[in-house]
Amino acid sequence: MRSILAIAKRELRAYFGTPIAYVFLAIFVALTGVFAFFIGGFFDRGEADLRPFFEYHPWLYLLLVPAIAMRLWSEERRSGTIELLMTLPVSISEVVIAKFLAGWAFLGIALVLTFPMWISVNILGDPDNGIIVTSYLGSFLMAGAFLAIGSAVSALTRNQVIAFVVSASVCFLFVMSGTDIVLNVFRGWLPEFLLSAISSMSFLTHFEGVSRGVIDLRDIVFYVSLICFWLFVNAVVINLKKAE
Amino acid sequence: MTGLIVLDHLVKRFGDLVAVDDVSLTVEKGEVLGFLGPNGAGKSTTMKMASGFLEPDSGSIQICGCDVATEARAAKQHLGYMPEGAPAYGEMTARGFLSFVADVRGLSGAARNTALDGAIERTGLQPVVHQTIDTLSKGFKRRVGLAQAILHDPDVLILDEPTDGLDPNQKYQVRKLIDDMAKEKAIVVSTHILEEVDAVCSRAVIIDRGKIVADSTAEQLKLKLPNHNAVAIRLSNGDLAKTKKALDGLDAVDKVETVSEGDTVSQLRAIPLNGKSIAGDVAQCLTTNAVHPEELYVEHGSLDDVFRQITTSDTGGADA
Repeated sequence: MRSILAIAKRELRAYFGTPIAYVFLAIFVALTGVFAFFIGGFFDRGEADLRPFFEYHPWLYLLLVPAIAMRLWSEERRSGTIELLMTLPVSISEVVIAKFLAGWAFLGIALVLTFPMWISVNILGDPDNGIIVTSYLGSFLMAGAFLAIGSAVSALTRNQVIAFVVSASVCFLFVMSGTDIVLNVFRGWLPEFLLSAISSMSFLTHFEGVSRGVIDLRDIVFYVSLICFWLFVNAVVINLKKAE
Repeated sequence: MTGLIVLDHLVKRFGDLVAVDDVSLTVEKGEVLGFLGPNGAGKSTTMKMASGFLEPDSGSIQICGCDVATEARAAKQHLGYMPEGAPAYGEMTARGFLSFVADVRGLSGAARNTALDGAIERTGLQPVVHQTIDTLSKGFKRRVGLAQAILHDPDVLILDEPTDGLDPNQKYQVRKLIDDMAKEKAIVVSTHILEEVDAVCSRAVIIDRGKIVADSTAEQLKLKLPNHNAVAIRLSNGDLAKTKKALDGLDAVDKVETVSEGDTVSQLRAIPLNGKSIAGDVAQCLTTNAVHPEELYVEHGSLDDVFRQITTSDTGGADA
């Protein structure tokens, strides 16, 4: 447990050791605002809630979370420190969890920094703050799922650009899996139950309720099991390919 | 007593290539083992397996009695390992990096500070502890890697090319550090620099094409050389024939060869039987025959020659 904390702490510090962290935070906060005000029509709706703000989170995560995840393992491979890390008295799963927690904490910081949105909506009107808190938690959970995918992909390569492109593509499939774009590819040659299985993997569908402040246990189970699955994949990949 | 490091019939394949082929090795406390071999002979692969980073295809490894595969955590607690090139997190300061390693190793409180200060002092890192590792010179980077390995005062140290790329002063310091720790630890140092084995190792193991081809002390390895303990004599041409005949008559001398023939001076080499010391016999023989050599010295042969003689990975054939 203590080693998990030590590794997570180092990893989180490493984000802030480079300009990437500040660039990321600035862009994330700016883009959430742009989407909410200009595309989501925050003012035009005339309602005191943050739905237009949360609705665009899956699309932001699609591009920004792979950028956070890409260096988690690729950098470790490139610099050879993976050999150092794996010969310290820690298990692979501990390192996988520690790295995930660090990235997740970073995304949490990014979310917390969007607090001016919350303040604005409270000044302008009288929103249901319970819904907003729920939506924040749901968004955080979804960010974790994106991150777990990105981390597992990052474990496959020492090249950060490849890690970014591949994990963004995989995340895109998960976001779009409920839509016809993805389903039409499978329609006709996959049985119906597999089609509905694929469409039930959609981040969008599972986030829809959350962005309205409705917490469904199924959505939580979906994201948590997705995180666990991809972290498991991550550990398997590292175990098989740690020396390459 | 069983050894602190026990490698038992290790085999590692990469595709069709057998990188390590049935390597068994035991290192006792107090031993500094020099692990030699040409590039690509399987040195690093063997060390990666010993450190638990790579899993062998067959065979087992024990560090201080703990099996690396089944009791990984316990084995790693006893082990200090510096990977090839001493990788470290470049954006951290030297002290920050060592603190991180201490935290992961579960050191805390006073023990943690003592360990950090001790490792920093022993490796001479004091002047740069607050600099980021990326800005350090190669020598200091290497020392950060060493400090990380000795931080928890492990019983077993495995160092992959600890002096590679260092200047002579830095090499001396690293060797002195290894020497200082030698008594209470089992240390394995891989290198392709042969003088290193002469300088710090109590035992030399040469690996070639994944197999151990020699295992003894540096001194004994040199005995394998035909020219070991040969006596070279430079003398004027007038004495040449006489001396050659006289030396040939000595029991301890295997043969006498003419190394070079000049206009006025020539050089002879008397090669002993079984590498015995013949300097005294030769000197006496010269005195008896009233020969006054211009130069007289004993040839030891270098480890380089031994190395060339028994390893063939790079050349594809014996050429020594």
